[in-house]
Amino acid sequence: MFPKNFTFSIADWVNGWVDALVTHYGDLFRHISDTLLWAIVNLEGLLRMMPWWLMLAIVGGIAWHATRKAVTTAVIVGLLFLVGAVGLWDKLMQTLALMLVATLISVLVGIPLGILSARSDRLRAVLMPLLDIMQTMPSFVYLIPVLMLFGLGKVPAIFATVIYAAPPLIRLTDLGIRQVDGEVMEAINAFGANRLQQLFGVQLPLALPSIMAGINQTTMMALSMVVIASMIGARGLGEDVLVGIQTLNVGRGLEAGLAIVILAVVIDRITQAYGRPRHGVGK
Amino acid sequence: MSGTQTMNKIEVKNVFKIFGARAEDALKLIRQQKAKDQVLAETGCVVGVNDLSLSIGSGEIFVIMGLSGSGKSTLVRHFNRLIDPTSGEILVDGEDILQYDMQALREFRRHKISMVFQSFGLLPHRTVLDNVAYGLKVRGESKAMCAERALHWINTVGLKGYEKSYPHQLSGGMRQRVGLARALAADTDIILMDEAFSALDPLIRAEMQDQLLELQKTLHKTIVFITHDLDEAVRIGNRIAILKDGRLVQVGTPKEILYQPADEYVDRFVQRRVASL
Repeated sequence: MFPKNFTFSIADWVNGWVDALVTHYGDLFRHISDTLLWAIVNLEGLLRMMPWWLMLAIVGGIAWHATRKAVTTAVIVGLLFLVGAVGLWDKLMQTLALMLVATLISVLVGIPLGILSARSDRLRAVLMPLLDIMQTMPSFVYLIPVLMLFGLGKVPAIFATVIYAAPPLIRLTDLGIRQVDGEVMEAINAFGANRLQQLFGVQLPLALPSIMAGINQTTMMALSMVVIASMIGARGLGEDVLVGIQTLNVGRGLEAGLAIVILAVVIDRITQAYGRPRHGVGK
Repeated sequence: MSGTQTMNKIEVKNVFKIFGARAEDALKLIRQQKAKDQVLAETGCVVGVNDLSLSIGSGEIFVIMGLSGSGKSTLVRHFNRLIDPTSGEILVDGEDILQYDMQALREFRRHKISMVFQSFGLLPHRTVLDNVAYGLKVRGESKAMCAERALHWINTVGLKGYEKSYPHQLSGGMRQRVGLARALAADTDIILMDEAFSALDPLIRAEMQDQLLELQKTLHKTIVFITHDLDEAVRIGNRIAILKDGRLVQVGTPKEILYQPADEYVDRFVQRRVASL
């Protein structure tokens, strides 16, 4: 038995802090929430309004551009067609919209943070344990305060997804830049390249495979959050899995689950193909 | 030889470079004439360059020679301030380059000094043409000017027809020609060459040495050439400086080095060369 006089609790302190945050900054968070909601709703509306064949054609086009392989492109389009065929097209579009917005925010936050952390060892030392926490903390723990700040629905789902999905991108951007050959950096320095020329001319292009692997990981992790997102009111494929669980309808759950897997495979193949260097740069 | 040099291009005065957290303490010890090993044991600092002074004349090929770990690569990086000294003075064209701020340093590197690296340091994602034009592009020359100058130097070093290739498609010797063309295209007075030919096989190396000497006949650049090979040093150098443990052991023309070695260390280099002949 652990001695009583050594125990303490941070629960009250944290509760007080969150309460204060909600009271004082509630309006600000409401405003962020509304803006974000507007973006998702519009994107979702657009994706759902688009005729299914046009959507398939666009995905097919992107897949072809990325992989240059007829078979891969055909398989990707065929798999998505299957999802539509089992009647989950609309839900698929909802999930896709949620995921695209979450990925976009992760990229906007993750890549700059990765660049900064590659530049400063001190920032990296602070950031890395923080990323560990973001990835290992059970998502329900931070869902509670996020729900208090943003209410139910898509917005908290996106926040939860970004917290979980952005860390690999930050890590891999940092790693990619740090792995750029020291002599190449020395050489461009010796020719007087300034910071922007170093970053955009050399560091980012050479770190691109690593950054694309990060974006790939981010999308995969974002997809693994869709079921949890549906628990706090985001619509989409996760919702069907949830209903499947609640009504013991294994078949329905499996269908939606497979649709999530298919979406994951499609996005994975496309982002991986973009991460491969184009003209065989390498050792 | 040295009588014909009217002015010193690069002047190094009492430069110390100490690597490690306790550089100041180490500097005190080294000034009390303590040995390198002793400084390392007492402060954990490594002495890179130890109280070194020399001057390099305009238009000469100045070779800095020494075994690995003798501080020659560290020293040459002081000339364009890729490394800053712990103490001492470095003058280029009479100007103290240690006083330059970041902006001035960048201008200095863009217009006055360029460098060739041992493992080339080429941009793997750019073509040969873009690599050679890099120095020009960085300082903001027009596209047409970049392409024209780059093509000229690609032809001069004998890489005609490879403009659109990527570095990984070239052999070692060809890659170093790209590195050399990049330095020449920047059209700077000074070119630093850090073991530029050491990674190449003997035949290609001799070929590159000939090419460098041929180019120098018309260009009259100030070239600081680092090597660990006495043959190479004697072949291309107007003057040779020999370094040991970050200290300058001897400076002189190839003849002086060969016939009047200053101490046993230099003598060992020379003897090995004689033995191999």
